Amino acid sequence: MGQQRGDRSFWIEAASLPLLLLVWQACAMMVAHRLFPAPIAVFQELWFLATERYLFADLGETLRRAAIAFVAAMTIGVAIGGALGRFRALDRLFASWILIGLNIPAIVVAIACYIWLGLSEFALILAVTINKTPLVAVTMREGVRALDTGFSELARAYRVSFWRRLRLIVVPQLMPFVLTAARTGLSLIWKIVLVFEVLGSDGGVGFRIGVYFQNFDITGILAYTLSFMAVVIAFEYLVMRPLEQRILGWRQV
Amino acid sequence: MASGVAVSIDIRAKRFDGATGLLFEGLRLDVAEGEVLALVGPSGVGKSTLLRMIAGIDTTFDGVISVFGKPASEGGPPGFVFQDPRLLPWLSAVANIRAVSPATTMDEAVALLSEMGLSGFEAALPGSLSGGMQRRVALARALAVEPRLLLLDEPFVSIDRKLVRELHDVISRIAEKRRPTMILVSHDPEDAARLADRVILLQGRPARIDSETYLDTPRDVRDPAKILDIVAQLGPKPVSGG
Repeated sequence: MGQQRGDRSFWIEAASLPLLLLVWQACAMMVAHRLFPAPIAVFQELWFLATERYLFADLGETLRRAAIAFVAAMTIGVAIGGALGRFRALDRLFASWILIGLNIPAIVVAIACYIWLGLSEFALILAVTINKTPLVAVTMREGVRALDTGFSELARAYRVSFWRRLRLIVVPQLMPFVLTAARTGLSLIWKIVLVFEVLGSDGGVGFRIGVYFQNFDITGILAYTLSFMAVVIAFEYLVMRPLEQRILGWRQV
Repeated sequence: MASGVAVSIDIRAKRFDGATGLLFEGLRLDVAEGEVLALVGPSGVGKSTLLRMIAGIDTTFDGVISVFGKPASEGGPPGFVFQDPRLLPWLSAVANIRAVSPATTMDEAVALLSEMGLSGFEAALPGSLSGGMQRRVALARALAVEPRLLLLDEPFVSIDRKLVRELHDVISRIAEKRRPTMILVSHDPEDAARLADRVILLQGRPARIDSETYLDTPRDVRDPAKILDIVAQLGPKPVSGG
Protein backbone atom coordinates (compact mmCIF):
# COMPACT_ATOMS: atom_id res chain seq x y z
CA MET A 1 0.00 0.00 0.00
CA GLY A 2 2.74 2.43 1.07
CA GLN A 3 4.89 1.27 -1.88
CA GLN A 4 2.03 1.94 -4.31
CA ARG A 5 1.52 5.40 -2.86
CA GLY A 6 5.25 6.08 -3.18
CA ASP A 7 5.26 4.94 -6.82
CA ARG A 8 2.30 7.16 -7.58
CA SER A 9 3.95 10.18 -5.94
CA PHE A 10 7.08 9.57 -8.00
CA TRP A 11 5.16 9.46 -11.28
CA ILE A 12 3.12 12.53 -10.40
CA GLU A 13 6.32 14.46 -9.66
CA ALA A 14 7.97 13.11 -12.82
CA ALA A 15 5.00 14.26 -14.91
CA SER A 16 5.23 17.83 -13.62
CA LEU A 17 7.81 19.26 -16.06
CA PRO A 18 6.45 17.49 -19.18
CA LEU A 19 3.02 18.87 -18.24
CA LEU A 20 4.48 22.39 -18.06
CA LEU A 21 6.01 21.91 -21.53
CA LEU A 22 2.67 20.72 -22.87
CA VAL A 23 0.88 23.77 -21.44
CA TRP A 24 3.56 26.02 -22.92
CA GLN A 25 3.23 24.31 -26.31
CA ALA A 26 -0.55 24.65 -26.23
CA CYS A 27 -0.35 28.34 -25.32
CA ALA A 28 2.21 28.96 -28.08
CA MET A 29 -0.05 27.27 -30.60
CA MET A 30 -3.02 29.36 -29.50
CA VAL A 31 -1.11 32.67 -29.54
CA ALA A 32 0.79 31.76 -32.71
CA HIS A 33 3.09 34.79 -32.68
CA ARG A 34 6.85 35.09 -33.09
CA LEU A 35 7.08 36.75 -29.66
CA PHE A 36 5.65 33.61 -28.03
CA PRO A 37 7.85 30.79 -29.32
CA ALA A 38 6.98 27.15 -28.77
CA PRO A 39 9.26 25.02 -26.59
CA ILE A 40 10.55 23.12 -29.62
CA ALA A 41 11.77 26.37 -31.19
CA VAL A 42 13.43 27.37 -27.93
CA PHE A 43 15.20 24.01 -27.60
CA GLN A 44 16.40 24.30 -31.21
CA GLU A 45 17.76 27.76 -30.45
CA LEU A 46 19.37 26.38 -27.29
CA TRP A 47 21.15 23.69 -29.31
CA PHE A 48 22.31 26.29 -31.83
CA LEU A 49 23.61 28.62 -29.11
CA ALA A 50 25.40 25.77 -27.38
CA THR A 51 27.07 24.42 -30.49
CA GLU A 52 27.59 27.53 -32.63
CA ARG A 53 27.64 30.51 -30.23
CA TYR A 54 28.71 31.55 -26.73
CA LEU A 55 26.28 29.78 -24.44
CA PHE A 56 28.83 27.83 -22.41
CA ALA A 57 31.26 30.73 -22.20
CA ASP A 58 28.47 33.01 -20.96
CA LEU A 59 27.23 30.42 -18.47
CA GLY A 60 30.77 29.92 -17.19
CA GLU A 61 31.30 33.64 -16.72
CA THR A 62 28.04 34.13 -14.84
CA LEU A 63 28.63 31.10 -12.65
CA ARG A 64 32.15 32.27 -11.83
CA ARG A 65 30.83 35.68 -10.73
CA ALA A 66 28.04 34.07 -8.73
CA ALA A 67 30.47 31.68 -7.06
CA ILE A 68 32.92 34.42 -6.03
CA ALA A 69 30.11 36.63 -4.70
CA PHE A 70 28.56 33.66 -2.91
CA VAL A 71 31.78 32.67 -1.15
CA ALA A 72 32.52 36.29 -0.19
CA ALA A 73 28.99 36.93 1.09
CA MET A 74 28.87 33.69 3.06
CA THR A 75 32.26 34.29 4.64
CA ILE A 76 31.57 37.89 5.62
CA GLY A 77 27.93 37.21 6.56
CA VAL A 78 28.78 34.24 8.79
CA ALA A 79 31.44 36.30 10.59
CA ILE A 80 29.16 39.32 11.07
CA GLY A 81 26.12 37.22 12.02
CA GLY A 82 28.18 35.19 14.47
CA ALA A 83 29.47 38.35 16.16
CA LEU A 84 25.99 39.93 16.31
CA GLY A 85 24.47 36.77 17.74
CA ARG A 86 27.21 36.40 20.32
CA PHE A 87 27.54 40.00 21.51
CA ARG A 88 24.29 41.75 22.33
CA ALA A 89 25.90 45.22 22.38
CA LEU A 90 27.23 44.77 18.84
CA ASP A 91 23.80 43.64 17.71
CA ARG A 92 22.21 46.75 19.22
CA LEU A 93 24.82 48.96 17.57
CA PHE A 94 24.57 47.45 14.10
CA ALA A 95 20.98 46.16 13.96
CA SER A 96 19.81 49.20 12.01
CA TRP A 97 22.74 48.85 9.57
CA ILE A 98 21.61 45.30 8.85
CA LEU A 99 18.02 46.49 8.42
CA ILE A 100 19.16 49.08 5.89
CA GLY A 101 21.27 46.45 4.13
CA LEU A 102 18.31 44.13 3.90
CA ASN A 103 15.97 46.73 2.47
CA ILE A 104 18.13 48.85 0.20
CA PRO A 105 17.10 48.08 -3.41
CA ALA A 106 19.64 45.82 -5.11
CA ILE A 107 19.61 47.98 -8.22
CA VAL A 108 20.68 51.04 -6.19
CA VAL A 109 23.68 49.17 -4.81
CA ALA A 110 24.64 48.03 -8.31
CA ILE A 111 24.34 51.51 -9.81
CA ALA A 112 26.31 53.07 -6.93
CA CYS A 113 29.07 50.48 -7.30
CA TYR A 114 29.24 51.00 -11.07
CA ILE A 115 29.38 54.79 -10.66
CA TRP A 116 32.04 54.71 -7.94
CA LEU A 117 34.16 51.86 -9.29
CA GLY A 118 33.39 51.89 -13.00
CA LEU A 119 31.81 49.14 -15.09
CA SER A 120 34.19 46.52 -13.81
CA GLU A 121 34.10 42.90 -12.77
CA PHE A 122 35.03 43.94 -9.24
CA ALA A 123 32.14 46.41 -9.01
CA LEU A 124 29.67 43.76 -10.15
CA ILE A 125 30.86 41.14 -7.67
CA LEU A 126 31.05 43.70 -4.87
CA ALA A 127 27.47 44.81 -5.56
CA VAL A 128 26.20 41.23 -5.44
CA THR A 129 28.16 40.57 -2.25
CA ILE A 130 26.79 43.70 -0.56
CA ASN A 131 23.26 42.66 -1.46
CA LYS A 132 23.61 39.15 -0.16
CA THR A 133 25.67 39.64 3.01
CA PRO A 134 22.93 41.10 5.30
CA LEU A 135 20.68 38.11 4.58
CA VAL A 136 23.43 35.68 5.61
CA ALA A 137 24.26 37.78 8.67
CA VAL A 138 20.65 37.80 9.88
CA THR A 139 20.28 34.04 9.43
CA MET A 140 23.55 33.36 11.24
CA ARG A 141 22.65 35.76 14.05
CA GLU A 142 19.51 33.72 14.68
CA GLY A 143 21.57 30.53 14.54
CA VAL A 144 24.00 31.75 17.18
CA ARG A 145 21.13 32.94 19.38
CA ALA A 146 19.53 29.51 19.09
CA LEU A 147 22.63 27.66 20.30
CA ASP A 148 21.64 25.19 23.00
CA THR A 149 22.87 26.41 26.38
CA GLY A 150 22.61 22.85 27.66
CA PHE A 151 25.36 21.77 25.30
CA SER A 152 27.47 24.75 26.42
CA GLU A 153 27.05 23.52 30.01
CA LEU A 154 28.03 20.04 28.93
CA ALA A 155 31.20 21.40 27.33
CA ARG A 156 32.04 23.45 30.41
CA ALA A 157 31.44 20.57 32.79
CA TYR A 158 33.74 18.29 30.79
CA ARG A 159 36.33 21.03 30.15
CA VAL A 160 36.07 20.55 26.39
CA SER A 161 38.69 22.67 24.62
CA PHE A 162 37.64 25.70 22.58
CA TRP A 163 38.40 24.22 19.17
CA ARG A 164 36.85 20.88 20.01
CA ARG A 165 33.75 22.67 21.30
CA LEU A 166 33.60 24.71 18.10
CA ARG A 167 34.01 21.66 15.84
CA LEU A 168 31.84 19.13 17.63
CA ILE A 169 29.22 21.22 19.42
CA VAL A 170 28.84 24.70 17.93
CA VAL A 171 29.33 24.19 14.18
CA PRO A 172 26.92 21.23 13.89
CA GLN A 173 24.22 23.34 15.57
CA LEU A 174 24.86 26.18 13.14
CA MET A 175 24.88 24.03 10.01
CA PRO A 176 21.10 24.13 9.44
CA PHE A 177 21.34 27.94 9.49
CA VAL A 178 24.40 27.95 7.22
CA LEU A 179 22.56 25.75 4.73
CA THR A 180 19.45 27.93 4.91
CA ALA A 181 21.60 31.01 4.31
CA ALA A 182 23.35 29.25 1.43
CA ARG A 183 20.10 28.15 -0.17
CA THR A 184 18.31 31.49 0.10
CA GLY A 185 21.53 33.25 -0.83
CA LEU A 186 22.03 31.22 -3.95
CA SER A 187 18.49 31.84 -5.14
CA LEU A 188 19.07 35.57 -4.62
CA ILE A 189 22.50 35.63 -6.21
CA TRP A 190 21.42 33.69 -9.32
CA LYS A 191 18.86 36.41 -9.94
CA ILE A 192 20.76 39.57 -9.14
CA VAL A 193 23.95 38.57 -10.95
CA LEU A 194 21.91 38.43 -14.15
CA VAL A 195 20.33 41.83 -13.50
CA PHE A 196 23.71 43.42 -12.75
CA GLU A 197 25.18 41.83 -15.88
CA VAL A 198 22.43 43.47 -17.92
CA LEU A 199 23.34 46.81 -16.34
CA GLY A 200 27.05 46.70 -16.95
CA SER A 201 29.20 43.83 -18.16
CA ASP A 202 30.68 42.55 -21.38
CA GLY A 203 29.71 38.91 -21.09
CA GLY A 204 27.63 36.44 -19.15
CA VAL A 205 24.05 35.24 -19.30
CA GLY A 206 22.63 38.59 -18.15
CA PHE A 207 24.67 40.52 -20.69
CA ARG A 208 23.49 38.21 -23.51
CA ILE A 209 19.85 38.45 -22.38
CA GLY A 210 20.24 42.26 -22.48
CA VAL A 211 21.47 42.06 -26.07
CA TYR A 212 18.57 39.79 -27.06
CA PHE A 213 16.18 42.20 -25.35
CA GLN A 214 17.43 45.05 -27.52
CA ASN A 215 16.67 42.87 -30.57
CA PHE A 216 13.31 41.66 -29.20
CA ASP A 217 14.63 38.11 -29.60
CA ILE A 218 12.43 36.27 -27.12
CA THR A 219 13.54 32.85 -28.38
CA GLY A 220 17.15 33.64 -27.47
CA ILE A 221 16.09 35.05 -24.11
CA LEU A 222 14.12 31.90 -23.26
CA ALA A 223 16.93 29.65 -24.49
CA TYR A 224 19.42 31.37 -22.18
CA THR A 225 16.90 31.32 -19.33
CA LEU A 226 16.32 27.58 -19.78
CA SER A 227 20.02 26.83 -19.82
CA PHE A 228 20.56 28.85 -16.67
CA MET A 229 17.62 27.20 -14.93
CA ALA A 230 19.03 23.80 -15.87
CA VAL A 231 22.29 24.73 -14.16
CA VAL A 232 20.48 25.95 -11.04
CA ILE A 233 18.33 22.82 -10.83
CA ALA A 234 21.37 20.58 -11.42
CA PHE A 235 23.19 22.43 -8.64
CA GLU A 236 20.22 21.90 -6.33
CA TYR A 237 20.00 18.16 -7.00
CA LEU A 238 23.68 17.33 -7.42
CA VAL A 239 25.21 19.59 -4.77
CA MET A 240 22.77 21.11 -2.29
CA ARG A 241 20.54 18.10 -1.57
CA PRO A 242 23.36 15.55 -1.17
CA LEU A 243 25.22 18.07 0.98
CA GLU A 244 22.13 18.65 3.10
CA GLN A 245 21.59 14.90 3.44
CA ARG A 246 25.19 14.40 4.48
CA ILE A 247 25.26 17.21 7.01
CA LEU A 248 21.74 17.10 8.38
CA GLY A 249 20.91 13.41 7.85
CA TRP A 250 20.88 12.91 11.64
CA ARG A 251 17.72 15.03 11.89
CA GLN A 252 15.73 12.33 10.09
CA VAL A 253 16.60 9.74 12.77
CA MET B 1 41.56 20.34 53.16
CA ALA B 2 41.27 17.44 55.53
CA SER B 3 42.67 14.11 54.33
CA GLY B 4 40.06 11.93 52.65
CA VAL B 5 37.79 14.82 51.75
CA ALA B 6 36.84 14.81 48.07
CA VAL B 7 34.56 17.84 47.98
CA SER B 8 34.59 20.71 50.40
CA ILE B 9 31.77 23.22 50.16
CA ASP B 10 31.78 26.56 51.94
CA ILE B 11 29.24 28.90 50.36
CA ARG B 12 28.87 32.25 52.07
CA ALA B 13 26.19 33.48 49.67
CA LYS B 14 24.64 32.46 46.38
CA ARG B 15 21.95 34.60 44.87
CA PHE B 16 19.17 33.42 42.59
CA ASP B 17 19.91 34.00 38.94
CA GLY B 18 17.74 36.87 37.73
CA ALA B 19 15.80 37.14 40.98
CA THR B 20 16.19 38.67 44.40
CA GLY B 21 16.96 36.65 47.49
CA LEU B 22 19.54 34.11 48.49
CA LEU B 23 19.55 30.52 47.35
CA PHE B 24 22.32 29.50 49.77
CA GLU B 25 23.78 31.30 52.76
CA GLY B 26 26.45 29.86 55.04
CA LEU B 27 26.20 26.37 53.59
CA ARG B 28 29.05 24.08 54.66
CA LEU B 29 29.43 20.47 53.63
CA ASP B 30 32.22 17.95 53.11
CA VAL B 31 31.99 14.81 51.00
CA ALA B 32 34.42 12.00 51.74
CA GLU B 33 36.43 10.24 49.04
CA GLY B 34 34.51 7.25 47.70
CA GLU B 35 31.30 8.32 49.44
CA VAL B 36 27.94 8.27 47.68
CA LEU B 37 26.10 11.33 48.90
CA ALA B 38 22.49 11.98 47.96
CA LEU B 39 21.04 15.46 48.05
CA VAL B 40 17.28 15.38 48.32
CA GLY B 41 14.72 18.09 48.80
CA PRO B 42 11.79 19.76 47.12
CA SER B 43 11.95 21.26 43.66
CA GLY B 44 13.51 24.69 43.57
CA VAL B 45 15.54 24.29 46.74
CA GLY B 46 18.81 24.54 44.80
CA LYS B 47 20.03 20.92 44.53
CA SER B 48 20.86 21.10 40.84
CA THR B 49 22.40 24.55 41.21
CA LEU B 50 24.66 23.20 43.96
CA LEU B 51 25.71 20.36 41.65
CA ARG B 52 26.50 22.84 38.86
CA MET B 53 28.58 24.86 41.31
CA ILE B 54 30.51 21.72 42.32
CA ALA B 55 31.08 20.93 38.63
CA GLY B 56 32.54 24.40 38.10
CA ILE B 57 29.80 25.37 35.64
CA ASP B 58 28.31 28.02 37.93
CA THR B 59 30.95 30.22 39.51
CA THR B 60 28.73 33.16 40.47
CA PHE B 61 28.77 32.79 44.24
CA ASP B 62 30.63 34.05 47.25
CA GLY B 63 32.58 31.26 48.86
CA VAL B 64 34.82 28.34 48.04
CA ILE B 65 34.14 24.91 46.64
CA SER B 66 37.17 22.63 46.45
CA VAL B 67 37.27 19.37 44.58
CA PHE B 68 40.22 17.20 45.54
CA GLY B 69 42.00 20.27 46.86
CA LYS B 70 41.50 22.50 43.82
CA PRO B 71 38.87 25.16 43.12
CA ALA B 72 35.89 23.49 41.47
CA SER B 73 36.32 25.19 38.10
CA GLU B 74 40.05 24.49 37.84
CA GLY B 75 40.40 20.77 38.46
CA GLY B 76 39.92 17.93 36.02
CA PRO B 77 36.45 17.24 34.71
CA PRO B 78 33.97 15.42 36.88
CA GLY B 79 31.67 12.88 35.32
CA PHE B 80 28.39 14.73 34.99
CA VAL B 81 25.06 13.12 34.18
CA PHE B 82 22.45 15.79 33.50
CA GLN B 83 18.71 15.57 34.05
CA ASP B 84 18.24 15.06 30.32
CA PRO B 85 20.77 12.76 28.65
CA ARG B 86 22.13 15.75 26.73
CA LEU B 87 23.64 13.66 23.96
CA LEU B 88 24.79 15.45 20.82
CA PRO B 89 22.16 14.23 18.33
CA TRP B 90 24.49 14.44 15.32
CA LEU B 91 27.06 12.08 16.84
CA SER B 92 26.86 8.32 17.31
CA ALA B 93 26.82 6.83 20.80
CA VAL B 94 30.53 6.11 20.69
CA ALA B 95 31.33 9.54 19.23
CA ASN B 96 29.32 11.18 22.01
CA ILE B 97 31.59 9.51 24.53
CA ARG B 98 34.75 10.54 22.73
CA ALA B 99 33.48 14.08 22.15
CA VAL B 100 33.97 14.99 25.81
CA SER B 101 36.89 12.66 26.37
CA PRO B 102 39.33 12.76 23.44
CA ALA B 103 41.81 10.61 25.36
CA THR B 104 39.34 7.73 25.34
CA THR B 105 40.18 5.29 22.55
CA MET B 106 37.54 3.76 20.34
CA ASP B 107 38.02 0.38 22.05
CA GLU B 108 37.60 1.94 25.49
CA ALA B 109 34.44 3.74 24.42
CA VAL B 110 33.03 0.51 22.98
CA ALA B 111 33.90 -1.29 26.23
CA LEU B 112 32.09 1.37 28.26
CA LEU B 113 28.98 0.98 26.14
CA SER B 114 29.22 -2.76 26.59
CA GLU B 115 29.45 -2.27 30.36
CA MET B 116 26.20 -0.32 30.12
CA GLY B 117 24.58 -3.16 28.18
CA LEU B 118 24.71 -1.33 24.87
CA SER B 119 26.83 -3.65 22.74
CA GLY B 120 25.85 -3.32 19.11
CA PHE B 121 24.63 0.26 19.52
CA GLU B 122 28.01 1.95 19.11
CA ALA B 123 27.12 3.57 15.78
CA ALA B 124 23.53 4.40 16.72
CA LEU B 125 22.50 8.04 16.72
CA PRO B 126 20.81 9.21 19.95
CA GLY B 127 17.53 9.78 18.12
CA SER B 128 17.29 6.08 17.37
CA LEU B 129 17.82 5.04 21.02
CA SER B 130 15.15 4.73 23.71
CA GLY B 131 15.17 7.12 26.66
CA GLY B 132 16.73 4.50 28.91
CA MET B 133 19.47 3.70 26.42
CA GLN B 134 20.26 7.38 26.02
CA ARG B 135 20.69 7.69 29.78
CA ARG B 136 23.05 4.73 29.80
CA VAL B 137 25.10 6.36 27.01
CA ALA B 138 25.21 9.50 29.17
CA LEU B 139 26.48 7.39 32.07
CA ALA B 140 29.11 5.77 29.84
CA ARG B 141 30.18 9.24 28.73
CA ALA B 142 30.51 10.34 32.34
CA LEU B 143 32.69 7.31 33.11
CA ALA B 144 34.90 7.90 30.06
CA VAL B 145 36.74 10.75 31.76
CA GLU B 146 37.65 8.27 34.54
CA PRO B 147 36.15 10.62 37.09
CA ARG B 148 37.16 10.67 40.72
CA LEU B 149 33.94 12.62 41.20
CA LEU B 150 30.68 11.58 39.56
CA LEU B 151 27.78 14.04 39.65
CA LEU B 152 24.29 12.78 38.91
CA ASP B 153 21.58 15.39 38.48
CA GLU B 154 18.14 13.77 38.71
CA PRO B 155 19.16 10.89 36.43
CA PHE B 156 15.87 9.07 37.02
CA VAL B 157 13.44 11.86 36.28
CA SER B 158 10.65 11.18 33.74
CA ILE B 159 11.38 7.49 33.29
CA ASP B 160 9.33 4.48 34.32
CA ARG B 161 10.03 2.56 37.54
CA LYS B 162 11.35 -0.52 35.75
CA LEU B 163 13.98 1.55 34.02
CA VAL B 164 14.74 3.38 37.27
CA ARG B 165 15.50 0.00 38.92
CA GLU B 166 17.79 -0.91 36.01
CA LEU B 167 19.65 2.35 36.36
CA HIS B 168 19.85 1.89 40.14
CA ASP B 169 21.63 -1.41 39.47
CA VAL B 170 23.99 0.21 36.95
CA ILE B 171 24.89 3.00 39.39
CA SER B 172 25.29 0.55 42.28
CA ARG B 173 27.74 -1.46 40.14
CA ILE B 174 29.68 1.71 39.32
CA ALA B 175 29.83 2.62 43.01
CA GLU B 176 31.10 -0.85 43.99
CA LYS B 177 33.47 -1.44 41.10
CA ARG B 178 34.97 1.96 40.36
CA ARG B 179 34.41 3.62 43.74
CA PRO B 180 34.26 7.23 42.60
CA THR B 181 32.96 9.87 44.95
CA MET B 182 29.37 10.34 43.86
CA ILE B 183 26.88 13.10 44.50
CA LEU B 184 23.37 12.25 43.47
CA VAL B 185 20.64 14.86 43.28
CA SER B 186 17.11 13.57 43.40
CA HIS B 187 13.69 14.81 44.36
CA ASP B 188 12.74 11.21 45.10
CA PRO B 189 14.04 9.97 48.51
CA GLU B 190 13.70 6.36 47.35
CA ASP B 191 16.58 6.83 44.88
CA ALA B 192 18.68 8.20 47.71
CA ALA B 193 17.71 5.42 50.14
CA ARG B 194 18.65 2.74 47.62
CA LEU B 195 21.96 4.19 46.42
CA ALA B 196 23.53 6.55 48.95
CA ASP B 197 25.86 6.14 51.90
CA ARG B 198 24.57 9.42 53.29
CA VAL B 199 21.44 11.38 52.50
CA ILE B 200 21.18 15.09 53.06
CA LEU B 201 17.83 16.79 52.97
CA LEU B 202 17.93 20.43 51.87
CA GLN B 203 15.04 22.64 52.90
CA GLY B 204 14.03 26.29 53.05
CA ARG B 205 15.19 29.55 51.53
CA PRO B 206 18.07 30.11 51.74
CA ALA B 207 18.50 26.34 51.62
CA ARG B 208 19.91 24.73 54.74
CA ILE B 209 20.74 21.16 55.72
CA ASP B 210 17.56 19.96 57.34
CA SER B 211 18.64 16.41 58.12
CA GLU B 212 21.53 14.06 57.54
CA THR B 213 21.04 10.28 57.45
CA TYR B 214 23.78 7.65 57.23
CA LEU B 215 22.90 4.36 55.55
CA ASP B 216 25.38 1.75 56.69
CA THR B 217 23.83 -1.35 55.17
CA PRO B 218 25.41 -2.47 51.88
CA ARG B 219 23.21 -1.50 48.92
CA ASP B 220 22.61 -5.04 47.72
CA VAL B 221 21.22 -6.25 51.06
CA ARG B 222 19.14 -3.25 51.98
CA ASP B 223 15.75 -4.22 53.27
CA PRO B 224 12.96 -2.75 51.12
CA ALA B 225 10.86 -2.16 54.27
CA LYS B 226 13.70 -0.20 55.84
CA ILE B 227 14.11 1.77 52.65
CA LEU B 228 10.47 2.72 52.82
CA ASP B 229 10.94 3.83 56.43
CA ILE B 230 13.83 6.02 55.41
CA VAL B 231 11.85 7.34 52.48
CA ALA B 232 9.05 8.29 54.85
CA GLN B 233 11.50 10.07 57.16
CA LEU B 234 13.08 11.95 54.26
CA GLY B 235 9.87 12.91 52.54
CA PRO B 236 10.40 16.45 51.26
CA LYS B 237 8.46 19.24 52.85
CA PRO B 238 7.36 22.42 51.06
CA VAL B 239 10.02 25.06 50.67
CA SER B 240 9.53 27.63 53.41
CA GLY B 241 10.11 31.34 53.18
CA GLY B 242 10.83 33.55 50.12
